[in-house]
Amino acid sequence: MARPRLAVFKFASCDGCQLTLLDCEDELLAIGEKVDIVHFLEASDRAESGPYDIALVEGSITTAHDAERIQEVRRQTKFLVTIGACATSGGIQALRNWGDHADFLRAVYASPQYIDSLATSTAIAEHVPVDFELRGCPIDKRQLIEVIRSLATGRRPRTPSHSVCLDCKLRGNVCITVAQGVPCLGPVTQSGCGAICPAYDRGCYGCFGPAAQPNVVSLTTQFQRAGTAVPELVRGLRLFNAAAPEFRRESDRLDSSVERQP
Amino acid sequence: MTDQKRTIRVEALSRVEGEGGLTIHLRDGTVDAVELRIYEPPRFFEAFLRGRAPEEVPDIVARICGICPVAYQMSAVQALERACGVEITPEIRLLRKLLYCGEWIESHSLHMHLLHAPDFLKCESGLKAAETHPDEIRRGLRLKKYGNELLEVLGGRAIHPVNVALGGFYRAPRSEELARLVPCFEWGLQAAIETVRWVAGFSFPDFETDYDFVALTHPDEYAMNEGTIESSRGGSWSADTFETAFEERQVPHSTALQCVRRSTNESYLVGPLARFNLSFDRLSEAARRTAGEIGFAPPCRNPFRSIIARGLEVVHAYEVALTILRSYREPSGCRVEVRPGLGEGCGATEAPRGLLYHRYRIDAAGLVAEAKIVPPTSQNQGGIERDLTAWLPRVLHEPDDEIAHSCERVIRSYDPCISCATHFLRVDWDRR
Ligand code: SF4
Ligand code: SF4
Ligand code: SF4
Repeated sequence: MARPRLAVFKFASCDGCQLTLLDCEDELLAIGEKVDIVHFLEASDRAESGPYDIALVEGSITTAHDAERIQEVRRQTKFLVTIGACATSGGIQALRNWGDHADFLRAVYASPQYIDSLATSTAIAEHVPVDFELRGCPIDKRQLIEVIRSLATGRRPRTPSHSVCLDCKLRGNVCITVAQGVPCLGPVTQSGCGAICPAYDRGCYGCFGPAAQPNVVSLTTQFQRAGTAVPELVRGLRLFNAAAPEFRRESDRLDSSVERQP
Repeated sequence: MTDQKRTIRVEALSRVEGEGGLTIHLRDGTVDAVELRIYEPPRFFEAFLRGRAPEEVPDIVARICGICPVAYQMSAVQALERACGVEITPEIRLLRKLLYCGEWIESHSLHMHLLHAPDFLKCESGLKAAETHPDEIRRGLRLKKYGNELLEVLGGRAIHPVNVALGGFYRAPRSEELARLVPCFEWGLQAAIETVRWVAGFSFPDFETDYDFVALTHPDEYAMNEGTIESSRGGSWSADTFETAFEERQVPHSTALQCVRRSTNESYLVGPLARFNLSFDRLSEAARRTAGEIGFAPPCRNPFRSIIARGLEVVHAYEVALTILRSYREPSGCRVEVRPGLGEGCGATEAPRGLLYHRYRIDAAGLVAEAKIVPPTSQNQGGIERDLTAWLPRVLHEPDDEIAHSCERVIRSYDPCISCATHFLRVDWDRR
């Protein structure tokens, strides 16, 4: 079988997820043998046109030009994988979806008229069909290797959808919420990182996005009872996966509950 | 002479962090203007930092750049701590320096081996370079890996560390976690020296520019995490007065703002070459010895040779880190309490690719009211354009793709982090 042709594309992002590929130091040369990396601007002058067997897409859609570019990437690609919170849920730049875009532009640029920028930052799946989503801000190296390995051998990649809490148990972390009363988004956040934050004595801030069927309302209600103020909970949900439906719904609900108060 | 009109497009600049474009205007065979166009879509960090609690800032600003998140975290915590009137302890200061060493090692090793060296080895990528230079590239990847491992132990993970808190760290590393790294760093120090010897043997174009070097300096240290801002043309400023001396301007062709010195209205250079030229004598012993051995001394004004300066900084970072790792004792406290209230503070540190400045104002409710961030690439953007203008006449006789390639080489010596500056480097040729 010919080596699959792999391409990496970037949209609005910090480069952290594609860098994860270069951070596979030990496996990098081996990956290079399994797949043919034909387009990866960050790492290579080689920039071949499609068709591609696999495309790793980093970043969210924030300009009219990028909204067109992703259509072209989709047309050229057999198996499209989004890598990271930006591509999968709009990323931190989706915070603009709640703000006044013109005001944001003015805050940063003296002459906003030169800047091509949409009022929203949207996930790739809102524009084109996506075959597989890899979560995280940034993605996890081991999960990325699993995705490339399985796709290279024609298998569908498997990544878990349980919550960070289970990983906490596996890692032997003492629960930071139970022991120290620190709010933690672990119960509603998808596994993938191996429960890093609780291992470092802090609550999870949800960088892998919502786990499968998360009960976000019950968690925030619990935190409110324990004394966390609503605006703090809203800000906590509005981070790197702010626009993921489960987090967005709950942050909006909480936000309007404050507004409704006299 | 006949009026020559020609337009050539080269689609993408590769091996840089992010994407940008280059437009070169030629008229009658001479360079009319060079525009480095960064059309990385803006991400508005400064706008949505408003209304955030200061302790959320280190996690958010990390996402400006996946390659140098620590730099963003370090400049931010310093600025915010000043705004809140908080002093950190010597132990925390040392651990922050250690964390920063991890990032210098990881970022510089990546740039040298996977992004920059392929230019000198005349190949398309680090992966290709590994076919002709397997030992050197493997050594580079291992050098990088230990930088990442340090970041993982101390920061929780290499990209977007989770352990940086306002006032210190969420948790101090355990003695045995750091002790485990000592043999790796002993290997790394020697390997980094070998790497400098290797890159010093590359063939460098004979090209010099009269730069205004700007970097942090420190009386006793090769400045990394703190110091006074200094210029090779004279002048020194604290982080608090950065904005009196330097100014960001918007240019129509870029989503990244460009910086100039207010007094001269001219661009300046930040990064490894600036640091090397201003603080050579404060490099670690092994780094100075290695520089002596290869005959590399300041002043160096050749942008292509920045790869040597970077290499020496890897040696330096390995040596400094090794000293800290060897003498590490778990501190009794790893986090000073911070109570945010009305105030303003600035912070400046040396990101791997140059000076990084942050300013925050905190309102009475203890939330961020205003944030300003000046990344290294926006400071270097004007200098890159100037270098290209000076470089182009030497290569204009070459075929178009050669010209484009050599321009990319100039740009890559800067290690521009375009995602920081706000990316898509596409070269448009406009030959008239
Ligand atoms: S998901 Fe996070 S790490 Fe990945 S590109 Fe976006 S901001 Fe960077
Ligand atoms: S610390 Fe957080 S992730 Fe871990 S078990 Fe407790 S709630 Fe779950
Ligand atoms: S614990 Fe949560 S915030 Fe921390 S790295 Fe894992 S998913 Fe991200």
